[in-house]
Amino acid sequence: MVNLQKRYPNGFEAVPGLDLHINDGEFLVLVGPSGCGKSTVLRMVAGLEDISDGDMLIDDVRVNEMGPQQRDIAMVFQSYALYPNMTVAENIAFAMKLRKIDKETISAKVAEVAELLELTAVLDRKPGQLSGGQRQRVAMGRAIVRQPKLFLMDEPLSNLDAKLRVQTRAEISKLQRRLGVTTMYVTHDQVEAMTMGDRVAVLRRGILMQCASPAELYDTPDNLFVAQFIGSPSMNVVTGTVAEAANGGISLAVAGQTINLSGEAAQRLAGLGGRTGSPIAVGIRPEALGGDGDQHLDVSVDLVEMLGSELLVHATVAAPSVRSTDDGVEIGGGSESTIIAKLDPRHRVKAGDRLSLSVDTLRLHAFDMETGAAIGRA
Amino acid sequence: MRLQLAKPSEHSAVVAWPLDTALDDWTIPGMQRVAGLHRHVVRMVEGRDTSYVVKELPDDLAEREWRLLRELADAGLPTVEVVGVVTARGVDRDGLLVTRHLDYSLPYRVVLSGRRLQIPYLGERLLDALAGLLVRLHLAGFYWGDCSLSNTLFRRDAGALSAYIIDVETGEQHASLSDGQRELDLQIATENLAGGLLDLQAGGQLADGIDPMETALAIEERYARLWEELTGVDEFNSDETYRVDQRLRRLHELGFDASELELVSTGDGDRLRLVPCVVEHGFHAHRLKSLTGLTAEENQARRLLNDMGRHGARLEKRTGRKLPDAVVAARWLDERFEAAIEAIPSELTGKLEPAEVYHQMLEHRWYLSERVGHDVGFEEAVASYVRDVLTTAPPEQVVRPTDTGVLPIIE
Repeated sequence: MVNLQKRYPNGFEAVPGLDLHINDGEFLVLVGPSGCGKSTVLRMVAGLEDISDGDMLIDDVRVNEMGPQQRDIAMVFQSYALYPNMTVAENIAFAMKLRKIDKETISAKVAEVAELLELTAVLDRKPGQLSGGQRQRVAMGRAIVRQPKLFLMDEPLSNLDAKLRVQTRAEISKLQRRLGVTTMYVTHDQVEAMTMGDRVAVLRRGILMQCASPAELYDTPDNLFVAQFIGSPSMNVVTGTVAEAANGGISLAVAGQTINLSGEAAQRLAGLGGRTGSPIAVGIRPEALGGDGDQHLDVSVDLVEMLGSELLVHATVAAPSVRSTDDGVEIGGGSESTIIAKLDPRHRVKAGDRLSLSVDTLRLHAFDMETGAAIGRA
Repeated sequence: MRLQLAKPSEHSAVVAWPLDTALDDWTIPGMQRVAGLHRHVVRMVEGRDTSYVVKELPDDLAEREWRLLRELADAGLPTVEVVGVVTARGVDRDGLLVTRHLDYSLPYRVVLSGRRLQIPYLGERLLDALAGLLVRLHLAGFYWGDCSLSNTLFRRDAGALSAYIIDVETGEQHASLSDGQRELDLQIATENLAGGLLDLQAGGQLADGIDPMETALAIEERYARLWEELTGVDEFNSDETYRVDQRLRRLHELGFDASELELVSTGDGDRLRLVPCVVEHGFHAHRLKSLTGLTAEENQARRLLNDMGRHGARLEKRTGRKLPDAVVAARWLDERFEAAIEAIPSELTGKLEPAEVYHQMLEHRWYLSERVGHDVGFEEAVASYVRDVLTTAPPEQVVRPTDTGVLPIIE
């Protein structure tokens, strides 16, 4: 996608100009909140939405004016319908017959897909004689047998229940890797995005906020929006001030307390160097609190959620929260805010306790208070 | 739990249902399974006067379908009447969508088996109905996303079929559709139609004379022809304004009407360009309703209006003067339509819709007249129809196909 744009007749600019390259065989997930333009982008790629400006290239061929059928793409999992009177082989093959593909090619493709989906032994059976999982794989077989250049999936799991969603998520990922077909997947669910994509493109109001591997998005978000959108519970972000530590290094004043950055941590956030005395937004992931570390943040516990494998502690800290908004950065009202710490379940904590949570300074994040851009290495 | 009910006074029975129980466990009177391919649990609740179809699906989908079905109905598109939606039924319990059973509708398995009262040129009529439905939805900016036989119900329509959209889970309402959206929707429809027909054929349930592949592929051409006829731009010389009437007549013949036309002169000023802007279906049905109050499908209405016209000509001959349309309509209703319907014994009424019965009586009269070589009187034809056709015809107000080919929900 080269400067891809979508403007509606009423003047609304859904996508102001998107540059995004998807590698051959890659699983790219487009994620963002409702109305961020992700489905619009997918529909432009599919040929369902007219492109206002810019170029859409598939295999270096400009496809702006081509219809969906000419682009050799497949919108998959539109329907899970299986035909009960037809065998598995017939269910997989009939769409190719419809398109007048010769018998030999059809047989070869059905055999290949059956092998891939472990359905070879049941090709002559009817759907009613299959297990639920096998039926689901036959439905996938219907979708993948065409082997297009590109698979497009628009929230394909949204009408499944939670259990089936997790199961199908894994099946799609596994299958995509085995098929190696370039795939573009749209979701609003950041967990889905993080667990499935080779890379994840985060969109907001039609603008690409960051496109990176899931780990990179999580560990080194480019901006406050990505930092808070990715991760559950989301990153805690409060106001802070850059200060000079007693040893000449960098420290952060947060909630009336001082957090000294170790040499390595200061290197990670070297961009803070010239900002002494400036306000910044300080980001701490819930799991970076309460573990190892010699720096601390005092909080008072409001609520404890025992989830079995972890303990979520909701606590009040004496600093206002900071969040990313459409217009930039917004500081929460009042002098306090709630943060969440993810602790080992063996901790004995209860509402009303005062806690001194250790802070892993190597996992601290800093953002510009005006633009929300991450402050990293200088 | 939250129940939203449209027309509560009409559908108060719904309130007494065990709405907080899993649909699969309901044991209320009138519960029936619904054959077909379903992604969710679907049941029918047959009542004395009204029957309902209940579908269990996640809350957000139930709410969405409730909204979309209402929008389709408000836009005058052929769909089922949505009665209510139940959400927040508790942890791990999906919502419910309740629709009114479409009386006199025929599931595709029944229509295409060819085992009931016959519909001539069944494959052609099926294509006309589906292509017509898809075009109407697309004109209204509705992308279906899963046009298939199992997501459609059919009603008899004077020798043709009318198609109704009943499942809009994958649907999207837009201000208008791009060519790409229409193309993809049509592609999905073609594939689904082929699959549905092949499946019936594999199960020995497809009427003779329908080739699944040829029929499915033909929908693309049928759709394109109708779309062009309804939306295509005509260009003609400025002294050929009769072409406007011609175009309107063509639209009416197809059962559509243009409520707005745009006539613009081209650059050189000698030619005019005609663009039908707002095209609505139901030209004859609306006219019949306004003249007589009768509700009918489009072809039925066309047939009834033609008969009304002939009755008007007879009246004119008898009285020696042309009567106003409203008078002809009132006389026809009284002397022909109601007289014919009243001739049906009470135990046979309700088997078919009155408009359809009347059409079949006219057909029967033509058939009898052809056989004996002279015009058979209307009363005689009605009596013969009731005796020889209607008595043995299966009732169609609520039709359930045999419970074959049901796939359990994928878990």
